[in-house]
Amino acid sequence: MRFAPAAIALAACSLLAAAAHAQNAPVIGLITKTDTNPFFVKMKEGAEAAAKAKGATLMSAAGKKDGDNAAQVAAIENMVAKGAKTILITPSDAKAIIPSIKKAQDKGVQVIALDSPTDPASAVDALFATNNYKAGELIGQYAKAAMGGKPAKIATLDLFPGHPVGAQRHNGFLAGYGLASNDAKNNELAKPAEVVCMADTHGNQAEGQTAMENCLQKNPDINLVYTINEPAAAGAYNALKKAGKDKNVVIVSVDGGCQGVRDVAAGKIAATSQQYPLKMAAMGVEAGIEYAKTGKKASGYVDTGVELIAAKPVAGVTSKDAATGTQLCWGK
Amino acid sequence: MQHWKQHIAQLGPFIALVIACAIFGATAPQFFSGENFSLILQQVMVVGVIAIGQTLIILTAGIDLSCGMVMALGNIVMTKFAVDLGLPVPLAILCGLLVTAAFGLLNGLLVTRIKLPPFIVTLGTTNIAFAITQLYSKAQTVTDVPASMTWLGGTFQLGGTNIAYGTVLMLLLYLGIWWWLRDTGAGRHVYAVGNNPEATRLVGIPTDRVLLGVYVMAGVFYGIASLLSVARTGVGDPNAGQTENLDAITAVVLGGTSLFGGRGVILGSLIGAVVVGVLRNGLTLLGVDSVYQVLVTGILVILAVTVDQLSRKGGR
Repeated sequence: MRFAPAAIALAACSLLAAAAHAQNAPVIGLITKTDTNPFFVKMKEGAEAAAKAKGATLMSAAGKKDGDNAAQVAAIENMVAKGAKTILITPSDAKAIIPSIKKAQDKGVQVIALDSPTDPASAVDALFATNNYKAGELIGQYAKAAMGGKPAKIATLDLFPGHPVGAQRHNGFLAGYGLASNDAKNNELAKPAEVVCMADTHGNQAEGQTAMENCLQKNPDINLVYTINEPAAAGAYNALKKAGKDKNVVIVSVDGGCQGVRDVAAGKIAATSQQYPLKMAAMGVEAGIEYAKTGKKASGYVDTGVELIAAKPVAGVTSKDAATGTQLCWGK
Repeated sequence: MQHWKQHIAQLGPFIALVIACAIFGATAPQFFSGENFSLILQQVMVVGVIAIGQTLIILTAGIDLSCGMVMALGNIVMTKFAVDLGLPVPLAILCGLLVTAAFGLLNGLLVTRIKLPPFIVTLGTTNIAFAITQLYSKAQTVTDVPASMTWLGGTFQLGGTNIAYGTVLMLLLYLGIWWWLRDTGAGRHVYAVGNNPEATRLVGIPTDRVLLGVYVMAGVFYGIASLLSVARTGVGDPNAGQTENLDAITAVVLGGTSLFGGRGVILGSLIGAVVVGVLRNGLTLLGVDSVYQVLVTGILVILAVTVDQLSRKGGR
C-alpha cells in the first residue's frame, strides 16, 4: 500500500506522456461564459466539429454563471499549462480578464475573443463577433416601421448594468428607431423621453416577466418593448398576455435561438436579430490552425453577421422570414 | 425586558414593510392598488414557498443552500416528464415532488447519520442538483407545457382585482404551517431541537427523526414551489432558482427567524419575502436603478440579524 501513491503518480505521468505524444495536432482552447446557455452550448458544438474536421485538439471550459471571471482566469492558466497555442474566449468580464490574457500572450499564445469584446477591444489579437449595435439598430428600424407613426411608449428590458453587449443592443435599438441615443462605444444606457420604463432581466425569462409586470404598473400604455434576448421577450409576452395586452404591443429582441424564432413565427415576438455562434466558433478554430501552421495571428474585428428575422415584413426594412431563421437557428 | 426585545425582533419585518409601503405609496401614484399588490404576491410566490422549507430548517439551527437548485430540478422533472415522456400531469407533478423530497431526504440523512454540518451538505447538494438539472434538460427550456400544469398561474376576480390561485395556495400553506408549528407536538419539537438538541434528546424526543422529517418536508415545499414556478412562467426553465436560492434565506432572515435556531415565527418569512418584492416593484415604479434594490436588501439583512443578536444577548 505504501507504494500506491508512487504507482499512481507513475501511471499518471505515463498517461500524460502518451497524451502529449498524441498532441502533434494543434491544441486550441475554448472558454465560454457558461455551459448552460444554449448559445454557448452551440458554440462549443461548432468548435468541436470544426476541430475534429480539421485535425485539431479542442479543450473547453466555462464559468459557472455569467460574470464568473475567476473560473475563466483559471481556465486560461490551465490551458496555457497544457500547451494550448490558441485560446478562444467569450469574456464574462470585459476588463477583469485582461491581465490573464496578457500573461498568456506573453507566452506566445494567440487569444481571440468570440461574441463579446474585451474592454479595450485591443487587449486580444482578434474579435469574431456579432455587431451588437447593428443588431439593435435593425430591430429599432423594424419597430419604427411596424409602429406606423404611432407615438411610442417604450419599455426596455435590459441585461444588467455595465455590460457592453447590453449597452450596444439597447443604444442601437434606440438609434435605429430614430431616437436620441448613445454611440456604439458608450456603455451607458441612453434614456430618451419615449422610454417610460427600464428594468434589468439578466436575460432570464422569470425576471423578464417580473420586470414587464412592474413596467405595466408604472405605465399601462406601453406599446413597444425592447428585450435583451428571447427568454426575456418570452417573459415579457407572458406578462402582457396576462394583462390582456399582448395584441397591441410590439416586442422586439436579439439572438435568433430556435425557440425565439418559433416565437417570431407564432407572433409573440415581432422581430429578432439573429446571430451566428457556429460561425464564430468555426472561424476561431480556423485561425488557431493557421497560427499553428504558419505562425500568423489573426487580427482586428470580424463581423460574423446578423440577420433580421420577422414574420411580417415591413416596408423599407430588409428581413428574412421565420422559415429561413429556423434553418440557421441554434438550440432546440 | 426579554419580552420587549423579542417583540421588536418579531415586529421588525412588519415595521420595515409598512415603512417601505408608506414611502412608495407617497412617491409612486401607481403603487397602492389591488392589482399591484396582487402582482407583487405573484412575483414572490415561488420564493415565498421555498422560504417555508428554509424556515423549518433554520429553526433547527440548520441552513439549506440547495433550496433554489432543488426547486429548479423539480421544475425540469415535472415539465419534461409531462411534455417529453407524455405522463399524465398529476403523475408528472408527483414525480417532481418525489425528486425534491428525495433531495430533502438525502440532505437530512447526511446531517443526521453522518453528522455533517448542514452548510457543507447543502453546499454539495446544491451543485449536484444544479448539474443534474443542466444535464437532464441539456440546458434547454421546456415549452408546450400542458395547460393543466400551469393552472395555479391562472387568476380569479375578487372585488375587481385579479388574484392568482398560486398566491392563495402560498397563503394557505403559511397558515397551515403556522398552526402546525404552534399547536402540535411535532411542530414544537422543531423549536426544541433548534433551541437545545442535547436537552431535547435527554427528555426522550428522537431529535434525529425530527431533523430528518424537517428536511424531507422542506423538500416537499421546494417541489410545490417548482410547480408554482412552472405555473408562473408557463415553461420548464433550467435557469430557474438561481436568484431564489439566496433570496429564500434573505426572506427568512428578514422575517426575524434566528439563524441560531429555535426562535422565529413562520409568518415573518412571508413578510420577509414580500418586503423583497415590494422593494423591487416600488423601485421600478420610481425608475430607480435595480442595484439600489440589492443595496437596500443588504442593509435590511444586516439590521435583521443585528436585532436578533441584541435581543438574544439581552434575553439570556
